[in-house]
Amino acid sequence: MKPASFDFLCPDTLEEALAALAEGGGEARVIAGGQSLVPMLNMRLARPALLVDIMRLEALRRIETSGDEITVGAGVRQAELEAWANLSRDLPLLAAAFPWLGHVQTRARGTVCGSVAHADPSAELPLSLVTLGGAVSLRSRKQKRKVKADDFFIGMMATDLAEGEMIEAVHFPKARPGNGYAFREIGRRHGDFAIVACAAVADDKGLRLGIAGVDDRPRVFALPALDDDQFDDALNDIAWSLNARDDIHASARYRRELVRNLGRETLKEASRCRA
Amino acid sequence: MPRMNAAKRHVVDFTLNGQKVRAEAENRMLLSDLLRHEVGLTGTHVGCEHGVCGACTVQIDGKPARACLTLAQQVRGSDVRTVEALAPGPAELSPLQAAFRRHHGLQCGFCTPGILMSLDALLREQPDAGREEIREHLSGHLCRCTGYATIVEAALAAAEEQRKEETPNA
Repeated sequence: MKPASFDFLCPDTLEEALAALAEGGGEARVIAGGQSLVPMLNMRLARPALLVDIMRLEALRRIETSGDEITVGAGVRQAELEAWANLSRDLPLLAAAFPWLGHVQTRARGTVCGSVAHADPSAELPLSLVTLGGAVSLRSRKQKRKVKADDFFIGMMATDLAEGEMIEAVHFPKARPGNGYAFREIGRRHGDFAIVACAAVADDKGLRLGIAGVDDRPRVFALPALDDDQFDDALNDIAWSLNARDDIHASARYRRELVRNLGRETLKEASRCRA
Repeated sequence: MPRMNAAKRHVVDFTLNGQKVRAEAENRMLLSDLLRHEVGLTGTHVGCEHGVCGACTVQIDGKPARACLTLAQQVRGSDVRTVEALAPGPAELSPLQAAFRRHHGLQCGFCTPGILMSLDALLREQPDAGREEIREHLSGHLCRCTGYATIVEAALAAAEEQRKEETPNA
């Protein structure tokens, strides 16, 4: 398995990268860590005419906190965010999700924004971003725009990214003291794609449950604070509202059952953590 | 840097096992193929070529990484280490390699180079790594001989040996 041939550009400035993407249209792709894109190239599921390597653009390699928002640039590797000193305080949901995210060996190279751009429906980072109510900053030669994460993911490996655009950064809302966060996942082997992953937030407005691996994109549901005997009905409704699919890894029925069980555990853990 | 044409070969300068290397590669060439076919270091093995099996794991700037998920052009200026860098001499093994030998940490040996590179990085970054950390790092590798238990034992022994060497009076 070898990639088909492509031109390669390693720009020194963001402007140069954006110009190449504008010129390349749908035939140009950004490469950052390559941990999602290179498998696609190797299997020839992606055959771009041009790859634009953005990892030498220092401006994109930043983790910044501004007010209630943490901005992670397109050049930040997953391992760098995982090792960020404020992670467990400011992004406890991500701290809980990281051990599930690929392997040490892929997190060392893969970027946070690359996983978001790839938009695998079972992926942990898109799930966490949607559940927290985060956003994605997109940039093209002509414009900048910021899209809510829930609007960015539109289907199976499909996003709102337009031709000539790239993800410049993603934005995670900073955790508030007292809120509860939890993450659970079921996969066949450690580090495999999730069959179902759940992320939950408990705050003063109630509960939010994000679910990956069931529908064609990560889905998030708002729930009121629930008593113990109300969880089952709410989760059953959610399970049936998702467009669950049968595939080689699990049946739709099993996925719905995981939503009911894993969903309940995740919501309860988040509620417990809400001090 | 100008746009690099798909049909041509382009220079890749990088550091390989402590030595400056200048190789040539098409844009589409993977690091695993650059190492094996251009440089001639065949210790890095190629299994699945989509990042699942871990056989091709090398170290890039000190971190374990899949050579099959890295384009040769992406390591320009980087420091790459392969399994060939571990042994201190032709007739010697590194402490980690020697522990693999003592504990029967390999059977067919196909997955071994990748596993050694992951565990070498782990023991350097976390000298106090225990069974849990070793298993976590090993989870990024497949051994079809299923010899995981002895691999974990070998890594634990190497970690302990390393700790003893670093604190000789303890």
